[in-house]
Amino acid sequence: MARITLSNLAHSYYPNPKSEADFALKEMDHVWDDGGAYALLGASGCGKTTLLNIISGLVHPSQGRVLFGDRDVTGAPTAERNIAQVFQFPVVYDTMTVRENLAFPLRNRGMDAAYIQSRVAQIAAMIGMEATLDRKARGLTADAKQKISLGRGMVRQDVNAILFDEPLTVIDPHMKWELRTQLKLLHREFGHTMIYVTHDQTEALTFADKVVVLHDGRVVQMGTPQELFETPEHTFVGYFIGSPGMNLLDATIHGNMAQTAAGPVALAAHYAPQNGRTQIGIRPEYAEMTAGIGLPARVLRIEDVGRHRIIRAEVAGSQISVIAGEGQPVGADLTHVRFDPARVNVYANDWRIKGAV
Amino acid sequence: MDKTQNNRAWFLVLPVLVLVAFSAVVPLMTVVNYAFNDTFGQNRFFWNGLGWFQDMLASERVHGALGRQVLFSAIILTIEVPLGIFVALNMPKNGFWSSFCLVLMALPLLIPFNVVGTIWQIFGRVDIGLLGHSLAALGIDYNYTNDALDAWLTIIVMDVWHWTSLVALLCYAGLQSIPQAYYQAARIDQASRWSIFRYIELPKMAGVLLIAVLLRFMDSFMIYTEPFVLTGGGPGNSTTFLSIDLVKMAVGQFDLGPAAAFSLMYFLVILLVSWVFYTVMTTLDRQEGK
Repeated sequence: MARITLSNLAHSYYPNPKSEADFALKEMDHVWDDGGAYALLGASGCGKTTLLNIISGLVHPSQGRVLFGDRDVTGAPTAERNIAQVFQFPVVYDTMTVRENLAFPLRNRGMDAAYIQSRVAQIAAMIGMEATLDRKARGLTADAKQKISLGRGMVRQDVNAILFDEPLTVIDPHMKWELRTQLKLLHREFGHTMIYVTHDQTEALTFADKVVVLHDGRVVQMGTPQELFETPEHTFVGYFIGSPGMNLLDATIHGNMAQTAAGPVALAAHYAPQNGRTQIGIRPEYAEMTAGIGLPARVLRIEDVGRHRIIRAEVAGSQISVIAGEGQPVGADLTHVRFDPARVNVYANDWRIKGAV
Repeated sequence: MDKTQNNRAWFLVLPVLVLVAFSAVVPLMTVVNYAFNDTFGQNRFFWNGLGWFQDMLASERVHGALGRQVLFSAIILTIEVPLGIFVALNMPKNGFWSSFCLVLMALPLLIPFNVVGTIWQIFGRVDIGLLGHSLAALGIDYNYTNDALDAWLTIIVMDVWHWTSLVALLCYAGLQSIPQAYYQAARIDQASRWSIFRYIELPKMAGVLLIAVLLRFMDSFMIYTEPFVLTGGGPGNSTTFLSIDLVKMAVGQFDLGPAAAFSLMYFLVILLVSWVFYTVMTTLDRQEGK
């Protein structure tokens, strides 16, 4: 197991990239801790698979270095990196039994039979497949096959990291939850470094200790689920994470006041004057419809999603969402929206700026 | 749902029945008729029971042809199937050269059988053929018209040249359907080249290989035109395969009764062997699925 360092890393699929737009992955510097559970989250085409392939050695980066521990593996082939990968579609050796599948990586490395046998038994217990060890892998369900490919990765004790490339895509919804829970358990128990690529925020937030949000080839934020929720560093993180996403309103910032088209909004800190486009961002969870305090708002519709209701409203031409608790009455008297000042974030040109308290 | 029952609809099947009857059933029944009867012409038949069949089963001439035929098919399958797989594995996977190879491989398949026979007939001639003359110039005693071994070698090389492409193209299609992730996983598992072939490529090719083996068996077991044009069954009877012998018997000697019995058994043998191939290969497949 090892710490993963991405130093000065960037990748372009063009041989001679001219501008930054030619880069599928823009320059980044990150250190991922040994034993951490990381999720790479982003929309399709944001570069997350490129990043994963660079780590696994399938793609050679245009610039920068990849280090596992202190070893530079930038030029090393996949086989030498001691990584494991679980793919989007289950990859198992159809004609082998589950046992042979699990033993395959060890046999290829010439381990002795007794060790292989005990190790396979151990892994089978971990992934809960002892009962099906002697069945052919071909007839198994998709989730069982994904478990086998995970097991095949973990069977090697020297594995540096386990990479997951949207592994739950073909799994039935009710099994997704179970597999995710099991993954989390395995991570807690054995402490492998795990990197999990997904476009599903629920998967990312429940699986990872640290979520890396990619947007347009750039890491826009790396943080705990809590940080991503409370203080999105970029407007993309704001509206990509959360359901519904963060409300954004254009505003000019004057000290601890934000002037929107609908009126002033109080801020919890002082901000220096900003150039370019400035916005305030507020999570629907921290907004509240009132009978007269705050900005004038017109309720458009109310969606009942069970545990709470989402009020879609309009504030000076912009749409916003407000979450109303289960017990809270929603009536015609709700004509204004109030934001919790401590929860309002300020963005200049899409990036969050810090104020002075 | 209420369905209108009208059995007159069966009349709509009649045209097909008539067509099939005239194209398959009636000719086949004619053959059956000849196989169980004897005739001296004038459309007068005498019942002969299983006589012709017994004659044919005891005939050394048929035994000889059958032996040669089995040997030929066995050799063809042992060469063409592995060679086809080998070629498919080494073909470029994409880009210009992949299309180029595909066209190149398909070319022999497009040449009519008798033309293939003629090409090799001329190609192998010692006096004017490129192959035959070159071999003679190298001091090799080669003459497919009077040496049985040379005739066999020429026919086998000709068939390999003509039909390996079919096996290769089918295998290539099978290989192309394997997702890249399998190869990546194999690399991560440090699988050897042989393991990749044995555990990834071969299982994924099993379906098309079954088709390839069946097609090559049936075609080689029924081969007629190419060896007939090349050697005419000679020298002597050394390359007289079942179908060549059958034609000699039916058209050459006009022994319609024995020939009819012969062709019925020939048909049943092909049907039987194909069925055995199919059953064995699909059962193996299913057992592995358990």
